Amino acid sequence: MDDEVNTLDSSLEKDPMLELFVFETNELISQLENIALASEKENAVESRINEIFRIVHTVKGSAAMMNFDNISFLSHTLEDAFYFLREERPQNVDYSSLADIILKSTDFIKNEVNQIQSGNYPNHDVSAIVREINEFLASLKDGSDCAKREDKKALLSLEKRDEIQEGAGGNRFRALLFFENGCEMENIRAFNVLHSLKKVADIIGYSPKDIIEDQGSVEAIRKNGFEIEFSTELGADDVRTILSDTIFLKDLKLETVGTAKTGRPSEEKSNMETENAKLAIKQSMISVNVSKLDRLMDLVGELVISQAMVIHNPELEGLGLNSFSKASRQLQKVTNEMQDAVMSMRMVPLSATFRKMHRIVRDMGKKLNKEVELEIIGEETEVDKNIIEHLTDPLIHLVRNAVDHGIEPAGERSNKGKPSAGRITLEAKNEGGDVWIIVRDDGRGLDKKSILQKARQRELIKKPEDELTDREIYSYIFLPGFSTNEEVTEFSGRGVGMDVVNKNIEEVGGTVQVDSAPGAGTAVSIKIPLTLAIIDGMKVKVGKSVYIIPITSIKESFRVQKSAIIRDEAGSGEMMIFRGDCCPILRLHEFFKVKPDTANLEEGIIVVVENESKFICLFADELMGVQQVVVKALPRYIKKVKGVSGCAVMGNGGVSLIIDISGMIDSS
Amino acid sequence: MAEKYAETFEMEEDTQKGKFLTFSLGKEVYAIEIKFVTEIIGIQPITEVPELPAYVKGIINLRGKIIPVMDVRLRFKKEPAEYNDRTCIIVVEVRDISVGLIVDNVSEVLSISDENIVPPPDMNRGSENKYIKAIGKVGNDVKIILDCEKLMNDKDVKTISEKTKFE
Repeated sequence: MDDEVNTLDSSLEKDPMLELFVFETNELISQLENIALASEKENAVESRINEIFRIVHTVKGSAAMMNFDNISFLSHTLEDAFYFLREERPQNVDYSSLADIILKSTDFIKNEVNQIQSGNYPNHDVSAIVREINEFLASLKDGSDCAKREDKKALLSLEKRDEIQEGAGGNRFRALLFFENGCEMENIRAFNVLHSLKKVADIIGYSPKDIIEDQGSVEAIRKNGFEIEFSTELGADDVRTILSDTIFLKDLKLETVGTAKTGRPSEEKSNMETENAKLAIKQSMISVNVSKLDRLMDLVGELVISQAMVIHNPELEGLGLNSFSKASRQLQKVTNEMQDAVMSMRMVPLSATFRKMHRIVRDMGKKLNKEVELEIIGEETEVDKNIIEHLTDPLIHLVRNAVDHGIEPAGERSNKGKPSAGRITLEAKNEGGDVWIIVRDDGRGLDKKSILQKARQRELIKKPEDELTDREIYSYIFLPGFSTNEEVTEFSGRGVGMDVVNKNIEEVGGTVQVDSAPGAGTAVSIKIPLTLAIIDGMKVKVGKSVYIIPITSIKESFRVQKSAIIRDEAGSGEMMIFRGDCCPILRLHEFFKVKPDTANLEEGIIVVVENESKFICLFADELMGVQQVVVKALPRYIKKVKGVSGCAVMGNGGVSLIIDISGMIDSS
Repeated sequence: MAEKYAETFEMEEDTQKGKFLTFSLGKEVYAIEIKFVTEIIGIQPITEVPELPAYVKGIINLRGKIIPVMDVRLRFKKEPAEYNDRTCIIVVEVRDISVGLIVDNVSEVLSISDENIVPPPDMNRGSENKYIKAIGKVGNDVKIILDCEKLMNDKDVKTISEKTKFE
């Protein structure tokens, strides 16, 4: 690592500004992407142009502040293009290529932000894309008769951003600055003034406009002065002091401008109002660092434990304190509610993740020359923040697969009597404690035969072929390296995608299943738990230790008769018949190597657990009841332990291990 | 801002420099640099975790944070001792990883100046020797200064993770 990289790396850790910049820019960029896609669809951009301005301008401003010149330069160029679009309202805009340009720019910025995130200085070459934007702008200008309005444009620059300024309160000023004769580089000095003003005020506009690149601006400033319009919270005197600090300042004229705009078309005014309304909604949201939420949750967990310590304090036992128990019930209620509230804070709607798919569908459709519509249902469904992070990649792969393999080319579709545009549905819904996410397409469906053939080739089929259910056959596509595609294309064919889906979903404790009908389409359903942080667990006692079994995987628990137990020939493995299937018995005390109260199967209890339709009987001393537990990862020092998925702090302050059912089944 | 940060950090370093926390295992007295020590707590109920080396006794709940605890006696291949009310857990944090060290008892915080710290004798790499960072002289006594990082990290973490990988 060289020095430059190092500096940024360490500053990212310390600098909350940088963190905020990354967060904010990512957010804005994805908004911009959505707008671009929507305007492409509607072949219109007018209604959204102010929103675009607000986004691009904010990105530009914050990038300039953080000294990421290429990002700010790019957004500046974009702003120019949109400025033209807004002011001239050209008729013959190619919205598809406009969207292309916006998306290319957002990709570039995204890339840069990623670089910043990974601790490097963003320094990719921006000139190619800037040239492209300028060419687009030039073609627009050629197309519309606007030469005579060019002059007007310069004047208008003062009003630039009028509608999009974010309701900055306070006073509005117009300042006219003259520099001393022969001080040279007037444009740079003007820029410095702007820069220092930006700290305290919202710049609305200035003239001449292009102070840095246009050498003519030097002359203009010498002759006419440099005019800035801005709004600020400060009073006139303060502003005057700030501006007077400028070096080589000869003359300064400062006048107050009223905030009310007259003669503005009513349409634009209403636009402004909606903008303000949107802002009001926005301000009721704040973004909080996840680590703070985690901390809060830890604390609430601690609170619950301390509460239990007080209420069930042995010194209070047998005292019969009536009002105390009343008060403690009240306390319990409040803490329960608090726990729920903290949990709900971690819940994030799926909409942002879902909307990313629009982009993928569009890009792939364009490249593969397929017409595809994406329908989104239930994007407001909320899931835990940690889970969302694991969802993006699988969804991208599923949607890609649907476009690439699922949807047929338009010709083939119309032959089959389907509408020429393919349809992909992305649906999310709550069902019980789980969230279902379904990716459905109306394409050609999975080819059962070639999947079977491939599975046979690779000797994956473990039981007689005629016993395989459709779902079991389809589930082969999730195995790594399994692809029925003969050719490797840009998008698929290596058999990696579905493996990623499976791995990611498994990591968050979810499952994937595939349904398909030939000619009618494929549906991939992902089932994920609502949250990873709190689960309902059954406490089981083994000797002195208490373990937790997730309640969702428990099928049944009972005491067993000696006659029901089957031993294999060697006498080591024990089994019993459960619902017609023979399932192995696993003694928890042997697995965890602890001393049990009883090793006699008849005296303890059998808990039958299931994972992916495989059953196993766990043997423990006794059940101790159900409890909601806050799941915590094992300390990093320990890494992964087989058969343990995490741990939980119990009511008495002790720690219990949570049993990982799938790991146990695999090991038996 | 960065400079200011570095400054305060340096000062913190300074106040901690040359200070050592001493604890005993049987008759020997060991010392660790105070900058690694987060806190000292009494012995607590420990939850056993399977598949760990014997010296990692399990995990405890430290006000909502789950940390592993290591019996230093076992780590040094000494005879295990019953835990009593003198037994302490020293919580140390090295490279963002917290670990509790179970020791017979905690003695005191000592200042040992640099000139009184000498490198360990270069004996034939005994089993204990690799955890010794230096020897500190305090009056007529000799304290063994332990290398916290080696105590925790070393190759053991790797063996644990590899073990689970192969199984």
